[in-house]
Amino acid sequence: MSGLLAATATLELLQLEPPGWGAPLLRGLASSMMIAFGAYGLGLLLGLCGAFGKLYGGPVLRDLMAVYTTVVRAVPELVLILILFYAGTDAVNQVLLGLGYDRIQISGVAAGIGVLGVVQGAYATEVLRGAIQAVPAGQIEAARAMGMAPAMIARRVTLPLMLPNALPGLGNLWLNATKDTALLAVVGFAELTQTTRQAAGATKAYFTFFMAAGVLYLTISLISGWIFARMERRARRGMPEMRA
Amino acid sequence: MILTRAFWQPHRIVLAAIAIAIVVFCAVTLRWDWVPKYLPLAAQGLWRTIWILLTSVVLGLMLAIPLGLAQAVGPWFLAWPARAFCTVIRGTPLLLQLWLLYYGLGSLFPQIPWIRQSDLWPILRQAWPYGLLALTLSFAGYEGEVMRGAFKGVPKGQLEAAKAMGMPRFTTLRRIWLPQALHRVLPTLGGETVLQLKATPLVATITVVDIYAVASRVRQDTFLTYEPLLLLALVYMAVTAVIVVIFRWFERRVPTRVA
Repeated sequence: MSGLLAATATLELLQLEPPGWGAPLLRGLASSMMIAFGAYGLGLLLGLCGAFGKLYGGPVLRDLMAVYTTVVRAVPELVLILILFYAGTDAVNQVLLGLGYDRIQISGVAAGIGVLGVVQGAYATEVLRGAIQAVPAGQIEAARAMGMAPAMIARRVTLPLMLPNALPGLGNLWLNATKDTALLAVVGFAELTQTTRQAAGATKAYFTFFMAAGVLYLTISLISGWIFARMERRARRGMPEMRA
Repeated sequence: MILTRAFWQPHRIVLAAIAIAIVVFCAVTLRWDWVPKYLPLAAQGLWRTIWILLTSVVLGLMLAIPLGLAQAVGPWFLAWPARAFCTVIRGTPLLLQLWLLYYGLGSLFPQIPWIRQSDLWPILRQAWPYGLLALTLSFAGYEGEVMRGAFKGVPKGQLEAAKAMGMPRFTTLRRIWLPQALHRVLPTLGGETVLQLKATPLVATITVVDIYAVASRVRQDTFLTYEPLLLLALVYMAVTAVIVVIFRWFERRVPTRVA
């Protein structure tokens, strides 16, 4: 009971004005969301290339894609983040030095988007590949028979038809993207979880701040779940009812 | 598959040669002289990682069964909390849950006298119980959702037949419902275990010395950036391979009969 009273007394620490930590928390949420959006977009792009490469590429490309998805899905994100973070900044600087420019400091946001994007790309490859394979072969054959170019087949036939199959998986991937941003806290990037830990450490109100951050993450999850459900319903319109 | 003739097409031989060349290049040009010194610590860390993985998977699965059952057929006052639990666990990052338990409970427990005086206090003062608790709850949350689907997926006729035979409800659960539900879960369980393995390095952030923490320590001691991380990635890949092989063996042992 006294714990509950103490917790309500610390609620005012969440106010937006300076004694409260509300504003830094919201800023952390904003940078988390920015990285999640960027990483998700990059992941989708990589996933599309990967899925088409795995399905229609030559034997070498196919094997390389298999190595990419296997390695990324077998190694913890935390380790990948560290490796890609150092290797990525190193590689960019080597290239810049080689071209005769000065080395640059890569911002945390850019590095976070790049690293999480590569991780997302591996999972997106598998989701999209499965969804494309579920498209009835006759549809793509018909498009080919009509003399459509491969790019047009992808844009007009394959992608719209695979979308309903892919959306549940893509929804899960988006939720993973928002949650994986928390891992950047370990490399010291000031996203929501890291800011929360700083706030909690400074005020000793651990429960209040971690619960508040949890509510923020949960709200994002619930809203995105609702949006993805609507998108799936829209993508499925006019299709026969799915039987569970 | 890797030993068959069909696998070794010409381009694969070239790719394998390139891979071996990269490995040899890493072995020759990078520094590996620190490895023997840290080997005992690494073995300890690896053991701790595997121990936490196994314990949290087993405990989490045991928690997931009632969670799935409550969501599938339970009355509202059981189904509702179970669903809320799964939603909260799946909707927030594991790192946040871990820190909430470790810093939150860790700061709360010392203020309560009877916990401080209890025999459990020497254990609760350490970090690993909180790591184990967070990983277990997380696995239970994800797997509870899977179990819900599995319980619902068992054909009604099976349960009706059991009822017609006059089986008590608990026996039906034990002999018919649970085995069939677990059978349905088995193919996904391997993947979930790999995901859980990938979540274990988070416990290093609360000072549990697992294999990831050992690699971080090597990096701090030797100022090497890549070598410990590359070796660490290799270790995780090896553990993942072992998990995949074990589950494939397990799946082959369980007879499948598709009607």
